[in-house]
Amino acid sequence: MPDMGFDVLWKGKNFLRLLGGLGVALKISLISVLISIILGTVLGILWHHNNLFIKAVMRSYLEVIRIMPQLVLLFIVYFGTTRSFGWDLSGETASVIVFSLWGTAEMSDLVRGAIISIPAHQYESAFALGLGKAQVYLYVILPQAIRRLIPLSINLVTRMIKTTSLVLMIGVVEIIKVAQQIIEANRMSSKNAAFGVYLTVFVMYFLACWPISLLARKLEKRWR
Amino acid sequence: MDKEFIKQYIPLYSEAALLTVKIGFLGIAAAIIIGLVCETIVYFKIPVLRRIVSVYIELSRNTPLLIQLFFIYYGLPKIGIRTDAQMCGIAGLAFLGGSYMAEAFRSGVEAIDVIQEESAYSLGLSKLQTVRYVLLPQAISISAPALIANVIFLLKETSVFSAISLMDLMFTAKDLIGLYYNTTESLFLLVVFYLLILLPVSVIGSLIERRLRHAGYGV
Repeated sequence: MPDMGFDVLWKGKNFLRLLGGLGVALKISLISVLISIILGTVLGILWHHNNLFIKAVMRSYLEVIRIMPQLVLLFIVYFGTTRSFGWDLSGETASVIVFSLWGTAEMSDLVRGAIISIPAHQYESAFALGLGKAQVYLYVILPQAIRRLIPLSINLVTRMIKTTSLVLMIGVVEIIKVAQQIIEANRMSSKNAAFGVYLTVFVMYFLACWPISLLARKLEKRWR
Repeated sequence: MDKEFIKQYIPLYSEAALLTVKIGFLGIAAAIIIGLVCETIVYFKIPVLRRIVSVYIELSRNTPLLIQLFFIYYGLPKIGIRTDAQMCGIAGLAFLGGSYMAEAFRSGVEAIDVIQEESAYSLGLSKLQTVRYVLLPQAISISAPALIANVIFLLKETSVFSAISLMDLMFTAKDLIGLYYNTTESLFLLVVFYLLILLPVSVIGSLIERRLRHAGYGV
């Protein structure tokens, strides 16, 4: 079998370093997802507030965040705000900020959609039974909405993990950066390292995201 | 903000935007074709190919575009498959987008009631005619929102092309920031040009969506 460059992985601590890089990517995505789910739920419920001003602000936030590629947002926060406001942001902090902003927007839209999808007769029946407004939401609407939400928010986790690959572009040392370093360091001894190492990273990302996608799909089927 | 700087670099950004649009357009067109082919294979339950399609969809949906591009651009040449950066960008976008488009078509096909197919058959239409005149028009109209969302998603994903040194908008912005340190102006132009590309697509998309809503009528 010709040399595919997989041997590089077993030199020294290379494989462990790759796993560490994946850890960095997962850490950034999990922190961002947690923040997004909390803030997104609050914002998603606020959508149903009838205040026009709140609605306008939320709408513009959602549209602005969603129309821009996440990489552009990363550049704005990492290069733009640091220059304009003169503060100092590490790449990791900048990415957590950007992914939380983005995730919050996505999550609030999911929450809004889940609440809207509850048919009107649920509200009406609950009111007819004499429940107060808070009770209607707490005991009738939210439990049903959360059921629809859980698969969608799990999906958000995989999207977040995939999106964190972008942090490479603002110089955070995560899995792809580690892969580049390993390939660079071994370019003389193993010419085909790029094939083996990038394929391994590809598989690692897949193994990180696939089980989560499967779980989301299973829950979605069961709770439909 | 330095107005002179902005004026001076508008042509450079326009060129980069054209490249983004060109690769985006070709990649998305290829993705739609791949999506259609995959969905056809799944719909007609063609053995073996069906398995390949489902493996492809899982692989492509659960990995980021960036590593797909790196593998195509840096990895594949090592086993003799060489592509230039533009081809690689198109291939990467098609690989990623194909699965998303296939899923969008599938949601459309699955939403159509079996009664439509049965009625078409009992009217004497052949399998192909049924697909062409009864199922496809409805499926396209039901999956239109998802398809349009995918187009916008894929256009946004083109921003990572700078990683394989395609001179797209991100590349230009990063380059100018590095060269002249005019961060605010470079980022301002970057945002404006992305808006120029994405806003029209988003507006046209919602217009098309509204026009294609006919499948929902009469249900």
